[in-house]
Amino acid sequence: MTLWQRLGVGLATAAVAGAAAWFFIPAWLGPPRSEPVQVALPAGITLGGPFSLIDETGARVTNETFRGRFMLIYFGFTYCPDVCPTELAKMAAALDLLGDAAEEVVPILITVDPERDTPAALAQYTDLFHPRLIGLTGTEAEIAAAARAYRAYYAKVRTGQAPDEYTMDHSAFIYLMGRRGEFVALFNPETTPEQMAEAMRRAISASPRVSKMQPQGGRT
Amino acid sequence: MITRRFVFGAVAVLALTPLALAAQDKVEIVEPWARAALAGRNSAAYMTIVNHTGEKDELISAATPVARVVELHTHMMEGGVMRMRPVQAIEVNVGEPAVLRPGGLHVMLINLTRDLKAGETIPLTLRFRNAGERTIEVPVQAAGAMGPAGHGHGHGHGHGHGHGHGPRN
Ligand SMILES: [Cu+2]
Repeated sequence: MTLWQRLGVGLATAAVAGAAAWFFIPAWLGPPRSEPVQVALPAGITLGGPFSLIDETGARVTNETFRGRFMLIYFGFTYCPDVCPTELAKMAAALDLLGDAAEEVVPILITVDPERDTPAALAQYTDLFHPRLIGLTGTEAEIAAAARAYRAYYAKVRTGQAPDEYTMDHSAFIYLMGRRGEFVALFNPETTPEQMAEAMRRAISASPRVSKMQPQGGRT
Repeated sequence: MITRRFVFGAVAVLALTPLALAAQDKVEIVEPWARAALAGRNSAAYMTIVNHTGEKDELISAATPVARVVELHTHMMEGGVMRMRPVQAIEVNVGEPAVLRPGGLHVMLINLTRDLKAGETIPLTLRFRNAGERTIEVPVQAAGAMGPAGHGHGHGHGHGHGHGHGPRN
């Protein structure tokens, strides 16, 4: 009844549109699941990797910036009226459910619309959802590279004649990445905040914080 | 016909529900709400439309002073990719309410003339092919709301993040 059963349609549409410049997530998703809590990755497939982007203050950040903490990542855009607010609110609710442990997680919105989403625009927008939500933007090439690493799909769709009259199609997955930037879990739009919080809680307890102190030894 | 009207009216008055009174013989708008959003950006309005007129109708357009463009949209979720597309009209058949909700049909408020803040209401004029124009007041919920006030809609977070100040944890 849900997106899983329409996978075939999605793939066909993407292929026809020719817009899927790379192998994005739905291309390898499995058959319909009755409990779409987390999406399982097929063997040999992984997600994530290095990125270099600009944060809300205009500062350059990379995947290394967030090393040592978990990242909860969503690809969206600030002109998105409906789906992005819903997914970002779910992320915020899941973090609230985590309580103090939420400090271990950095919630991140990576824009798929760098043309309009400046650092200032992202700063204003992310505050609507969670005080710690960070918006990241970059050049078209930097955004494309980040999306490719996460196999996120996006495409500009014109809605009028003016240059700024467009919307973005985009995949609506939420990624949980580990302390070293490794892939931990993938959530789809049907995942509830409770399920997301539970997955984060499990991941955090399985990977306790590494002390910031370097081990002593060897140096004289 | 006169008798019918009288009976409907009497029931509504007895029930003391202004909504029911207004709904009689009309297109009824139930629990409208819109999302808080920033000036220059986009928002969406949602509602359930119940057709009491006895003949099929459709919502053909909408307008509000707070948005430069208003369109009727739907979403297609395909393989995890969300695609939003305009629709010509939203059918409102008798006995078959039209449900506008997040992730589906919505009245898209494009290029807002000002910030929409949670707690305020905005006027929205709905134009139906047969029933004509209706202007309603639409309450604005938090940016992350999932339904009208007082409805969690299964996600359990309601509208706790609307103002961006102070985490609740
Ligand atoms: Cu829309």
